[in-house]
Amino acid sequence: MNMKITTSHMSVPVKIAVFSSIAILVAAPFLKIYPIFLMSIMCFALFAAAFNLLLGYVGLLSFGHAAFFGGGAYIAGYATKTWGFTPEISIILGGLAGAFLGAAMGYLAIQRKGIYFSMITLALSQMVFFIAVQAPFTGGEDGLQPIPRGKLLGVISLESNNAIYFFVLTVFIMGIFALWRVVNSPFGQVLKAIREHEPRAISLGYDVHRYKLIAFVISASLTGVAGGLKALVTQIASLTDITWQTSGEVILMTILGGIGTTLGPILGAGLVKSLEDHLASIGFPVPVLIGIIFVACVLVFRHGIIGELEHFLNKRRSAKS
Amino acid sequence: MFEALGISPNQLYGQLVLGLINGSFYALLSLGLAVIFGLLNVINFAHGALYMLGAFGAYFALTLFGINYWGALILVPLGMACIGACIERTMLRRLYQLDHLYGLLLTFGLALILEGVFRHYYGASGIPYSAPKELQGPLNLGFMVLPLYRAWVILVSLALCFVTWFLIERTRLGAVLRASTENPTLVQAFGINVPLLLTLTYAGGVALAGIAGVLAAPIYQVNPAMGSNLIIVIFAVVVVGGMGSIMGAIITGYALGILEGLTKVFYPPASAIVIFAVMAIVLMVRPAGLFGRGE
Repeated sequence: MNMKITTSHMSVPVKIAVFSSIAILVAAPFLKIYPIFLMSIMCFALFAAAFNLLLGYVGLLSFGHAAFFGGGAYIAGYATKTWGFTPEISIILGGLAGAFLGAAMGYLAIQRKGIYFSMITLALSQMVFFIAVQAPFTGGEDGLQPIPRGKLLGVISLESNNAIYFFVLTVFIMGIFALWRVVNSPFGQVLKAIREHEPRAISLGYDVHRYKLIAFVISASLTGVAGGLKALVTQIASLTDITWQTSGEVILMTILGGIGTTLGPILGAGLVKSLEDHLASIGFPVPVLIGIIFVACVLVFRHGIIGELEHFLNKRRSAKS
Repeated sequence: MFEALGISPNQLYGQLVLGLINGSFYALLSLGLAVIFGLLNVINFAHGALYMLGAFGAYFALTLFGINYWGALILVPLGMACIGACIERTMLRRLYQLDHLYGLLLTFGLALILEGVFRHYYGASGIPYSAPKELQGPLNLGFMVLPLYRAWVILVSLALCFVTWFLIERTRLGAVLRASTENPTLVQAFGINVPLLLTLTYAGGVALAGIAGVLAAPIYQVNPAMGSNLIIVIFAVVVVGGMGSIMGAIITGYALGILEGLTKVFYPPASAIVIFAVMAIVLMVRPAGLFGRGE
C-alpha cells in the first residue's frame, strides 16, 4: 500500500497534540466523562495501533487480528476468574496467548503474500473462532462473565472505575510507546524497507520471513494485551471479541485514522467507537455505517485523517520555503 | 463394513450427499472468485453477500411479483449481473491502479452494507422458500433415497462449472479473457475493448453467485447471514486450490465439501474446522496451493 517514510523526530505540533491528549486522558475521570467508554476506546486504540504495525509498516493486511484480541481476552478473563490471578499477571498471560497464536498463524500466513496473506489470516481466525465456540473453558455463547477486576499486585483494588482507569491508561501509554520504539528502531527501518520493496530487502541480505514473523508476533502480543485489558474493563470475554467483524472494525479504525501513522489508529478507534455508541442508541444498524465508511475511505480518503492532515501540513511547509 | 465403526451406511450416504451439495456451492462460488480475480485482480469479498442477495432475489420475485422458481432462476442472475456491472463501473474501476488490497477492502465494505441492511429488516432467522413442485419428492437410487431437489442442485452446479470451464478454456472469448489477464495493454492494442471485458467478467462472476443463491434458497432457507458464513470457507477453498486454474477451483470445491461431509460422520466436532485445517497443512507442504502456479 502506498505510504511515505515517517521520521523518528516528532514535529512541534505533534508533540503538543501528544502531550495535550495525555493531559486530557489523565484529567478525564475528574471531568466526569463516562470512564468505561473511554477505557474501551483505549483498549481498541491499542488494538488498532498494534494492528497498524503490520499494515502500516510492513504492508501486511491481517484480516484475523480478532483471534489475538479475543484470545487475549479469554485467557486473561479465565486467569482472573478461575485461577484468581492478579490483573497484571492476567494481562501478561493475555499478551502471551496473543504471541503464541500469532506465532502459529503468522508462520502459516507469511508463506503467501498480498491478498492471499489476508485470506489466510481470515480463515485461520475463523478456525480459532470455531474452536472458541466448542472449547469448554470459553463459556460458549455466554462467554466468561462476570470477570472480577482483582487487586493490582495483590494490594490495590481495581473494582472502582477510577482505579482501573489509571491502570488501563498506564498500560495503554506503555503499549503505544513500545510500538513507537519498535517502529523507530533499526528493526523498524528494515520493516519499512520490506514494505517498500521486498525483493530489494532480500537482496540486501535480510531474512524477510523472520522479520515479518517477528513483527507479526509483536503485533499479536500487544493485541492480546489489549484484549486482556478489555476483558478486565468490561468484565466480559465473549465470542463477539473473536468474530471476523471485530477484525474488520480494527481495519476500519486504522484506515480512517491513517495507515502508517502513530496517532491515526488511536484517533480512528475513538471515532469509530463513538459513532457506534451513538448509532446503537438511535437504533441505526452499525454494520451498515461501518460498511459505508469503508467504501468512502477506500474510494476517496485512502490516507485517513492523520495522513491527509500531514499531507496538508507538508504542502504548506514546502510552499513557505 | 461401516457397522463395525458404529456408522450406518444411510448416515454415511446422507452426509456424503450433504457434502456434495455443500461442495457444489463451494465450487460455484470459488469459481466465480477465481474468474473475477484472474482478470480484475480483485478478491471479491462481497461474493458471499451477493449470493445471499441472489437467494433474497428469488424470495422477492415470488412474494412481490409472483415469479416462480424457474423464472427466478433466469431473471435473478440477469438482475445480479446488472448490479455487478454497476458496482464495477462506479467503484471497482477506480481501484485497478492501486494495491490489490483496496479491492478487497472495498468489497468488504459492500458486504457489510448488504448484510447489515438485510439483517436490519429481516433479522437473523431464515425465511423458508420451498422447492418447485416439479422437483419435490424423493428419488430412489437403489442404495439410498435422495430428495429430487438435491439431485437437481448437484446436476445444475456440475453443468454450470463445466460451461464456465469450457467458455474460458476452450472458446475464443475465453482466449481473449486469458490474454487480457496476461497483458491487457497488448490485447487492447488489438482493438479489443478491455474495460468492457472487465465489466462483463465481474457481471458474470456476480451472476454465478446469484444463481448459486437461487439454487441454495430451498435448501438452506433465505437468511441474511448465509453469505458471510460461506465466504470465509470459500477463501480457504481458494487458498487450498490456488487461483491459477479454473479446474482447480472446481475440483477443490467438491473435494473439500465431501471431506467436510465425511468429517461430520466420523468426528462431528471437527467438521466446522476441517477445511481450515486442510488449508493450514497445504500451506506448510505446498504454499502455492494444490493447483497454483506460484505468484
